[in-house]
Amino acid sequence: MNYIKTSRPKEGVALIELNRPEKRNALNNATLQEIVERLQAYDADTDIKAVVITGNAQCFAAGADLNELIQLDTVSLQTDIRPTLWKRIDEFSKPLLIAVNGYALGAGFELVLHGDIVVTGENAQFGLPEIGLGMLPGAGGTQRLARLVGQQLAMRWAMTGERISALSAQQHGITTQICPTDLTVRYTLDLAAKIAKQAPLAIRAIKQSLKTIHEVNLSQGLKQERQLFVWLAATQDRQEGIRAFLEKRQPIFRGM
Amino acid sequence: MDYQTILVEEKNAVGYLTLNRPKQLNSFNETMHKEVVSVLKAWSKDSTIRAVVLSAEGRGFCAGQDLGDRAVAPNADAPDLGLSIETYYNPLIKLITDMPKPVICAVNGVAAGAGANIALACDLVLAAKSASFIQAFCRLGLVPDSGGTWFLPRVVGRARAMGLALLGDKLSAEQAMAWGMIWQVVEDDALRSEASKLAEHLASQPTYGLSLIKKAINVSADNSLEDQLILERDLQRLAGRSADYKEGVQAFMQKRTPIYQGR
Repeated sequence: MNYIKTSRPKEGVALIELNRPEKRNALNNATLQEIVERLQAYDADTDIKAVVITGNAQCFAAGADLNELIQLDTVSLQTDIRPTLWKRIDEFSKPLLIAVNGYALGAGFELVLHGDIVVTGENAQFGLPEIGLGMLPGAGGTQRLARLVGQQLAMRWAMTGERISALSAQQHGITTQICPTDLTVRYTLDLAAKIAKQAPLAIRAIKQSLKTIHEVNLSQGLKQERQLFVWLAATQDRQEGIRAFLEKRQPIFRGM
Repeated sequence: MDYQTILVEEKNAVGYLTLNRPKQLNSFNETMHKEVVSVLKAWSKDSTIRAVVLSAEGRGFCAGQDLGDRAVAPNADAPDLGLSIETYYNPLIKLITDMPKPVICAVNGVAAGAGANIALACDLVLAAKSASFIQAFCRLGLVPDSGGTWFLPRVVGRARAMGLALLGDKLSAEQAMAWGMIWQVVEDDALRSEASKLAEHLASQPTYGLSLIKKAINVSADNSLEDQLILERDLQRLAGRSADYKEGVQAFMQKRTPIYQGR
């Protein structure tokens, strides 16, 4: 079972590489399961401050595994493990960065939409081809995409399966940056390393606060933000951060 | 491989593509489009080809679209010209500008309509003294396509671009060079040899680095200085990881001529 490769290329940063090139990194249950297990381990590992998920130079992930999908009927879908796996990925508490080269289609695109920060290569292409199979994106595709780009574009893309270029994805806020394809992973790791140097508890609070923007209304969100703000005041890293700024030196954060 | 409308030769790491419908002034029909695209696509990916020369047989370079191919009966529905642009001309222009190696155009005679603009899409344009360029579109009620309205104002400025596109007059090779539209004018009988010389020189150079230069210059028209500076940083980072850069520096230190692999 080696559908993913993992490594720690930079201090505080773990890299997960999807590794089923012969299936264009199709996200079968076993792959998702492996991702979830790794993320859960990283969540508990205090040495890991941020995680990057990537595919390979030609393909991030070209969709779900259709051989698995075709076996599911209405009854077996009730007990399908996939929604739980997606939920676990969504629940990962540390920064999750996604580096996309090549195709991110269907479930691959939906995995991208789970990322906190997405960086792509120039050759990246997104799309929701599920409609061509008589289905709809079933891992948050319609929901997360519409919240990022609005109902109009999400309708169009989900109903036609049209490909979305790296440029278009960036212009519509699906991704933050386009790099030369050979540098995508490197730039994403650099970004992850930058985040890994920040105060971990503050990063956690920021992620928590931002993840709820679509769950709660503004006044509730502001209240939560305020609570997180007050809570961080009790942390040592906050003292260290302010003191280092006043003393004109680099802060040393310890996650406390 | 046998082609009906073009001649293809590969020699000393240079790919020569010669349009070969001299009787029709090398105007494009469907077959020629398909043949040209298939060859250029293959060369795009073929690392043994490190420069490309585009030229033509006979007295003309290319008269653009073969109008016989598009004959419109007076009472028939208007043809969808956008379709042939989308299917053939636009991908061809993208193929030339995206080709990760230098593309030289040797303009041997009149380059009219899309023929002129295909030449302008190439990286270096050499023209025979007797060659000429005509934006013939306006005479038929059409718009310069194949990138004409993009390339022209960028290479000759707005005033001259307007003049050329609205009047459709013939522009001599020497005037084109004086205006900065093309790289060089050579004697008619020296065109082929000059083009080969230039191509063989380029084919011995750091091809990957050249491809990054081409990319940077091609996108510069759309970028702010700030964006372009970032792009230069990114491309330099890629170039710095290339084998040819290593070889270039080593050869310099060892005071010898570098031998570039194109990687």
